[in-house]
Amino acid sequence: MDIKIENLNKSFGPQKAVNNISFNIKSGEIVGFLGPNGAGKTTTMKMITQYLEPDSGSIWYGNSRQIDPSIRKEIGYLPEHNPLYEEMQILDYLAFCASLQGVNQSTIPARVKEMVRLCGLDAEKHKKIGELSKGYRQRVGLAQAIIHNPQVLILDEPTTGLDPNQIVEIRELIKTLGKEKTVILSTHILPEVEATCDRILIINKGNIVADGTVSDLRKKSEGRQIVRVKIEGGERNEIVQTLQSKEEIYMVDPMKDISNAYEIQSQIGTNINRIIYRSCVEHHWDLLEMTNLETKLEDIFRDLTLN
Amino acid sequence: MKSPVWILAKRELASFFDSLTAYLMLVAFLGFSGFFTWLFGSDVFMRKEADLQVFFNIAKWTLFFFIPAITMKMLAEEKKTGTIELLLTKAVSTRQIVLGKFLACVILVCVALAFTLPYYISVANLGKIDHGATLCGYLGLILMSMTYVAIGIFASSITNNQIVAFLLALFIGIFFHFLFDVFSYETSGFVSQLFANLSMSKHYDSMARGVLDPKDLVYFGSVTLLALFLAELFISNRSKS
Repeated sequence: MDIKIENLNKSFGPQKAVNNISFNIKSGEIVGFLGPNGAGKTTTMKMITQYLEPDSGSIWYGNSRQIDPSIRKEIGYLPEHNPLYEEMQILDYLAFCASLQGVNQSTIPARVKEMVRLCGLDAEKHKKIGELSKGYRQRVGLAQAIIHNPQVLILDEPTTGLDPNQIVEIRELIKTLGKEKTVILSTHILPEVEATCDRILIINKGNIVADGTVSDLRKKSEGRQIVRVKIEGGERNEIVQTLQSKEEIYMVDPMKDISNAYEIQSQIGTNINRIIYRSCVEHHWDLLEMTNLETKLEDIFRDLTLN
Repeated sequence: MKSPVWILAKRELASFFDSLTAYLMLVAFLGFSGFFTWLFGSDVFMRKEADLQVFFNIAKWTLFFFIPAITMKMLAEEKKTGTIELLLTKAVSTRQIVLGKFLACVILVCVALAFTLPYYISVANLGKIDHGATLCGYLGLILMSMTYVAIGIFASSITNNQIVAFLLALFIGIFFHFLFDVFSYETSGFVSQLFANLSMSKHYDSMARGVLDPKDLVYFGSVTLLALFLAELFISNRSKS
């Protein structure tokens, strides 16, 4: 089910949480919401799940934009703090969620079993939810979100509280689910977005400040190539000056903590690996290492959200 | 497919019986009403009449205190823990949620009342009981309970603190239970009549005596619906805050 968001606005009192945002998400796409705390990610998600009503603007679910329980059948939602009924047993709770979402009574036991397997709950399945560790609670939250096989999945920070192995498992699960569903997930963890999402929306102060694939965003902010090299057999000042004099090279920066290592930035739009190599050959320096540094997502994020 | 109202009510009932709430409520209700009906004060034996008037008078007060205790957590707790967000993003309407909670509480009260049927049977064996009047009294108890459950759920819908919900339900309840009666004595003419009609006790007492007046049914029905409607309104208006 495609989701189309048009000019969505939401304020809480004088504070504008979401400021006139619009975007489309196609089915089969995994979109990551990124943004600092209080950027409006959760508010946007709550509006898509119909928990909050937008002040203005509309949300299209396929061809419909009704605020209607029958549309919510097609949405699976894992809220931010993952609220659960502590006193219920996992199996009862999953069955309860399935029947509320209108899953056929006769198929509920099979669906519950499937979720227990898929989310790795087998060892704990007879426990009460209140007795579970945070990671297991998160799995229960995820299980209740997908038990009715929704077309749209909205996951607010799905991997918080999980250990590294579980994170990998859950990411794989989200990726598999994302092949046929529309998935929106929010997170602060940048490598997570890179690992799972087809597309990133960076939100800051209620506005979308970037929208594209990870490599799109990288290209956009790249401009300069950054290369780390290790050169021996020459005077540091001589090396810096020689390289700096090349017109393709923008800046040479000797690294403080590693001896004989330099970080070299190119002029915008040029490739400098060959130039560095030739200079070394020319001056009989030993070129020991040359690594192209990628602009990190962290840097892009910081660029876009700090100011 | 089962109705969401029933699915929600079933979960609430299971949680009543999983925790001690249901058992405490049953023991306390039966303890109080049994003690005063059979053992203490102007009990059934003092009255020397084969009816359940004594029980109906006691139950009126015990239910008045116990119902807020079972309704207080209904919506307040869901709001506090955030589970209300889970419910409202599932394929159920706010109305169904409120009705599910209402149904669960009413069923629990009915279970409590069902345990008092031995009183009825005992009294029927002691003398010639007016079956019609007694059934009418039970109906009155159920209707009054429904009204207080609705008021309790309304109180629970406007706060996320259970204690506040409990006290608020009692506070609203005391007007219907007691104060409107007092106001009616203190005033005269139209105002007095108005307060008399608003008083829950007036309507309940006449049913407890075995008088089935459609006006009473309309009264209980309209207060119940109004309270449930307000609860729904408060839950739907969450996004304004």
